[in-house]
Amino acid sequence: MRILKFKKDELHPFLKRISEEAELWAPAKKYSDRHIFKKIEDLSEIDLDYTRTLLPPRKIFLPPSFNMFNVDEEGYREDFSHATPKILFGIHACDIHGLRILDAFFAQTFDDPYHSQARKNTLLIGHSCWPDEHCLCKSTGTHVIEEGYDLFFSELESYYLVWIGSSRGDDLVRMKEDSFDENISDKDIQAYTRWREERDKAFKAEINFIAMPDLLELKYRDDPLWEKLDTACLSCGSCSNVCPTCNCYNVMDKPYLNTVGSDINRCWDACTLVEYSEVAGGENFREKRSDRLRLWYTHKLQAYISKYGKPACVGCGRCVITCPVDINIFSVAQSLAGKDVDTFWNRLHREVRK
Amino acid sequence: MKGENRILTDVNPFLPEPARIVRRSHLTKDVKFFQVRIVNMERALSFKYRPGQFVMISVLGAGEAPFSISSTPSRPGLLEFCIREAGSVTKAIFRLKENDLIGIRGPYGNGFPIERMKNKDILIVMGGLGVAPLRSVLLYCLDNRDQFRRVSLLHGAKRPAEMIFREEFFSLKEREDLECLLAVDEDDTGEWTENIGVVTTLFPKLKEMDSANTFALVCGPPVMYKFVIKELVKLNIPKDQILMTLERRMRCGVGKCGHCAIDYIYTCLDGPVFTYWNVIHMRELI
Repeated sequence: MRILKFKKDELHPFLKRISEEAELWAPAKKYSDRHIFKKIEDLSEIDLDYTRTLLPPRKIFLPPSFNMFNVDEEGYREDFSHATPKILFGIHACDIHGLRILDAFFAQTFDDPYHSQARKNTLLIGHSCWPDEHCLCKSTGTHVIEEGYDLFFSELESYYLVWIGSSRGDDLVRMKEDSFDENISDKDIQAYTRWREERDKAFKAEINFIAMPDLLELKYRDDPLWEKLDTACLSCGSCSNVCPTCNCYNVMDKPYLNTVGSDINRCWDACTLVEYSEVAGGENFREKRSDRLRLWYTHKLQAYISKYGKPACVGCGRCVITCPVDINIFSVAQSLAGKDVDTFWNRLHREVRK
Repeated sequence: MKGENRILTDVNPFLPEPARIVRRSHLTKDVKFFQVRIVNMERALSFKYRPGQFVMISVLGAGEAPFSISSTPSRPGLLEFCIREAGSVTKAIFRLKENDLIGIRGPYGNGFPIERMKNKDILIVMGGLGVAPLRSVLLYCLDNRDQFRRVSLLHGAKRPAEMIFREEFFSLKEREDLECLLAVDEDDTGEWTENIGVVTTLFPKLKEMDSANTFALVCGPPVMYKFVIKELVKLNIPKDQILMTLERRMRCGVGKCGHCAIDYIYTCLDGPVFTYWNVIHMRELI
């Protein structure tokens, strides 16, 4: 049986048992109204009542800054200390989709061992969720997940339905076999289906992603949108930092001060930052903010769709709640589709024109 | 699941190969020429590349940057590079002496489509440091001269002293199987015997071309492309036979770091050699 029933009060004993095997990471409250994925020391820290975390789970696999190599007189030593064995509990479907987009990206042509080792060493236990007004995952088709997890917990009223997605997921179940019930009835599946239908109705925001590649092609060169974004964008790079599918990075040598050698450090970068596209001699091919945003949106909504058949957006809504001037996947896509959206940059543009 | 977290991967595409600088010389005031040999003999012999490809060169403590290979695979063993001091990595390379070690990984990128270019006319147009990638394909054509038809070369520099490989090109003028035209924007020596003017002023001096069967290869400073491509289109060279090699900053060379992205293409994987047709509608190109 690939679907099991699980009593809610068994959750902490189960997590306690599996956390003996590897570091347990889960969502926890940060400040009054935000959540983050963090390494759990005490199970009471876990808070599953969240919509999205501040940073996407990719921070666990390729941290914002880590060393690729330690180099001394003996030569290069690979550093995989970021890829410790982990269990990530409580990740939502959209974020699992985000990781799978990164998996495909980092495996193509040359396999990136820093990503693939960290992924190999981490088990994913998904958890169901309920959308808020910014969730776009139904439009991106990432509100459900069929594969890519080890276990997936769907929360129904009085119990969980647990999907086993891999043989390693099955191993986890066997560690606390008594807590799982193999007897699933039609009624349980009906309850789940009803929950799915209810949830589908709860989505408020919607984008037609299918039209995006052609719309971007059409409006790529001249569209008032770019000019408006150029005026408003703060070039802070936040949209890239919070995006679950952004992959860009920088590499820097960090020489040792007391001995011969250096760490080769890899850290997150963002194409929305001005230094990003500089070339030798100081020339910059994307000096304007709108040029950089155009690259961002072309990458997410056009290039990725033509290459992989789906957008590099999983509809998590992080850019929507993060951008201080309302430049986000929803407002830009709506604008490209010719709709008037009430955003800071549209209001600013009207003010400037007056 | 508990276990060793320092795993040695079979193939880490980011791991550089030690290489030794065997010769270092001045080409111009700010461009130096480096001959490099991979230390491990087995790896040195198995290092196969195509003209137009690049490698990532690293200097410990300073970082890593992409460089076109200026030597030709038809003369194996040594790798050659023309390097201009432009940033922190090149500055560190300039400080190195003969016998010092650098790191190399690659080769990366698509390189020139040599197979398609065979039995065609080859027109090479280069300006300034555009020599770096094009010297590789030029020497390759000369080493395999019977595989190509007419080979022409247009080379422009700002001033005579800034013409990279000036002596090498002057001696090439002696060859009968190569049309070699040189130009400088201005002659501050009073001794320049060749053309004076930008590289496009050399086009009228070319003998009549069989455009449909010509491959034009272009590399130079950004401003040069616009004018040279206009000339090539005027000559009726098919757009997918105009090849240009581009330069971007890169952190990985293998399509991961994202720095070299132009719209939806990656210079490191899809390039650095592009046909004019590939990139005709891209605005951030040059």
